[in-house]
Amino acid sequence: MKEITRRDAILLAVGLTAAATLPLPALAAESAMDELKKFTGGADARESGRITLDMPEIAENGNTVPLTVSVDSPMTSEDYVKRVMIVASGNPRPGVATFHFSPRSGVAEAATRMRLAKTQDVIAVAEMSDGSFHMAKAAVKVTIGGCGG
Amino acid sequence: MLSRRDFLQVSLAAGAIYGAGAPWGRLAAQQKLSQADLLAFEPLGNVTLLHITDIHAQLVPLYFREPSINIGVGEASGLPPHITGAAFLRKFGIAAGSASAYALTNQDFSALAGAYGRVGGVDRIATLLKSVRAARPDNTLFLDGGDTWQGSYTSYRSQGADMVQVMNALGTDAMTAHWEFTYGTDRVQELIEQIKFPFLAQNVRDTEWEEPVFDGTAFFERSGVKIAVVGQAFPYTPVANPRYKIPTWSFGIREEAVQAQVDDARAKGAELIVLLSHNGFDVDRKLAGRVTGIDVILTGHTHDALPEAVKVGKTLLIASGSHGKFLSRLDLDVRNGEVKGYRYKLIPVLSDVITPDPEIAALVKEVRAPHQEELKRVLGTTGSLLYRRGNFNGTLDDLICQALLEQRDAQIALSPGFRWGASLLPGQDITVEDIHNATSITYPAAYRNEMTGEFLKTVLEDVADNLFNPDPYYQQGGDMVRVGGLGYTIDPSKTIGKRISNMTSLPDGKPIEPGKTYTVAGWASVNEATEGPAIWDVVQSHVTRHKTVNVAPNNAVKVVGI
Repeated sequence: MKEITRRDAILLAVGLTAAATLPLPALAAESAMDELKKFTGGADARESGRITLDMPEIAENGNTVPLTVSVDSPMTSEDYVKRVMIVASGNPRPGVATFHFSPRSGVAEAATRMRLAKTQDVIAVAEMSDGSFHMAKAAVKVTIGGCGG
Repeated sequence: MLSRRDFLQVSLAAGAIYGAGAPWGRLAAQQKLSQADLLAFEPLGNVTLLHITDIHAQLVPLYFREPSINIGVGEASGLPPHITGAAFLRKFGIAAGSASAYALTNQDFSALAGAYGRVGGVDRIATLLKSVRAARPDNTLFLDGGDTWQGSYTSYRSQGADMVQVMNALGTDAMTAHWEFTYGTDRVQELIEQIKFPFLAQNVRDTEWEEPVFDGTAFFERSGVKIAVVGQAFPYTPVANPRYKIPTWSFGIREEAVQAQVDDARAKGAELIVLLSHNGFDVDRKLAGRVTGIDVILTGHTHDALPEAVKVGKTLLIASGSHGKFLSRLDLDVRNGEVKGYRYKLIPVLSDVITPDPEIAALVKEVRAPHQEELKRVLGTTGSLLYRRGNFNGTLDDLICQALLEQRDAQIALSPGFRWGASLLPGQDITVEDIHNATSITYPAAYRNEMTGEFLKTVLEDVADNLFNPDPYYQQGGDMVRVGGLGYTIDPSKTIGKRISNMTSLPDGKPIEPGKTYTVAGWASVNEATEGPAIWDVVQSHVTRHKTVNVAPNNAVKVVGI
């Protein structure tokens, strides 16, 4: 698996305590669904509106597409975001990154840049401290370009 | 030649006074409408917004035919501006053959152009501006929606400087941009130094730190009303135009950022919020339903001209056309931070009936003087109407594609679906200026490449999705790529990959084979280091060689499913 380089993953999060690329090389056959199932342990992830996944509708450069993810959470020791996983459903290797948080993170927000092979949905799934999972999707178009105007 | 039907239409328009056989042209237009008629407006409230957009560096009057086909998809299906021709006339209660029918539709275009004459011209626009300002000295704001610095021979030669001079002289209060960016980062910054008004683009960030590059909002006060103008540049500039020209600037719709600008302006006491936008009409219609607190969106980019405001919730959308063909006047009654009433008029700039403003006329003469000989150099004549605007091949594009096929010895030609480009009437001379009006870009190299049939299909599908994606936020606002030596069927209602079928090579009519390689000539590639002669040289050679060009309507593109 191609490691996310430092340039690809400049993390701008306030109080972000840890960020990790996927620890294990993903197998070529692994689909986005497999990645998500592994993350949630098979639990349902709801599109609850608590996650904001900010991405361009059309990528200016598919090789480096900016992404900001934030989760609405008080981030107290009773109620906080544990992890957020980013999956690019149409990439040969769908797993992009997992961001780890703790109550001391203050806010659950992270930004990075990623490569997108083609037009696809990018999915963010958050694991909360109460064991629930939340999800958000963004459709990003990768286009040949030209002809506008 | 005028058909009998065309002739009757013009007779209806002009005949009331002169009868058939009376002199047309200037005289007919003058009898039909006067400058006072165009300016007639019962003032309302305390703020007057004047809006012009997408003039594409057109300083002098020209012809511009509105589209006969402008398909709306998804929620925009069947809604203005996706209504054309006779349906447009019915929708807005416009009489066939009238000045409004001439200005707003393609109906009987050549004949009515003969009767009503050319449109636009910045000296005429200046006359209208000055008249409104004289009557409403403390109320008026004049805003430019962008695509101002590009599109003509003189703007290309002066790299936008001629337009900066003119827009300064017109007393512009603020602008936003799109094609301006194709002059590249350095030149844009230079020209911004020269303009005497704010250059607003809230949605441009530097690629390194995501920080704003330009001011997003400017504040004005008119007769005690605090007005915030938020500028929104074309969101897909680095996708639709060469990113290498502006490598450190990133765009996007950035809806949350628009909301933040609006909220901030309200917090600072703005009573009227205007979005000066180059999003394109359908994008703005969607945005108006999702961002709260915008009173007026002055739309641009998609070149739509609508005689009435479109209302989305509390937001008024104004569509002011292109090429200097229209000036919009919107009067607003703003009280207690709210728009209590409005009155709107889309004023057609019928150049024959408007007295040119002497100061601006002199300036136009001055900026054109060094190029006059070249501008007016006649290369040939057209026997048929040449126009571009519309979702699919226009006759002007067919001429360009024919030039590419012949001059570049190619099997297939591709020409971009730009929405700008003046029209030429049957019998009109084709000058160097005319060719530049249809081709003047800062990346003009006409390439000659080999492409597989499969790749050609991918190109067509990609562009079709930029036009017909049902979600406007995924549209780029250009029309379909124009093709020569190629026929196809398109179903705009389908999804990407499924819209294009029956691709055939012409004239033999053989199916395009996915695995076969074809020689393709085209222009306006967004890729750096594209090689080839400038497109205007290719077209000039073609016209010079043929002397008289006749372009039959294109029947090679078939539209189904709508």
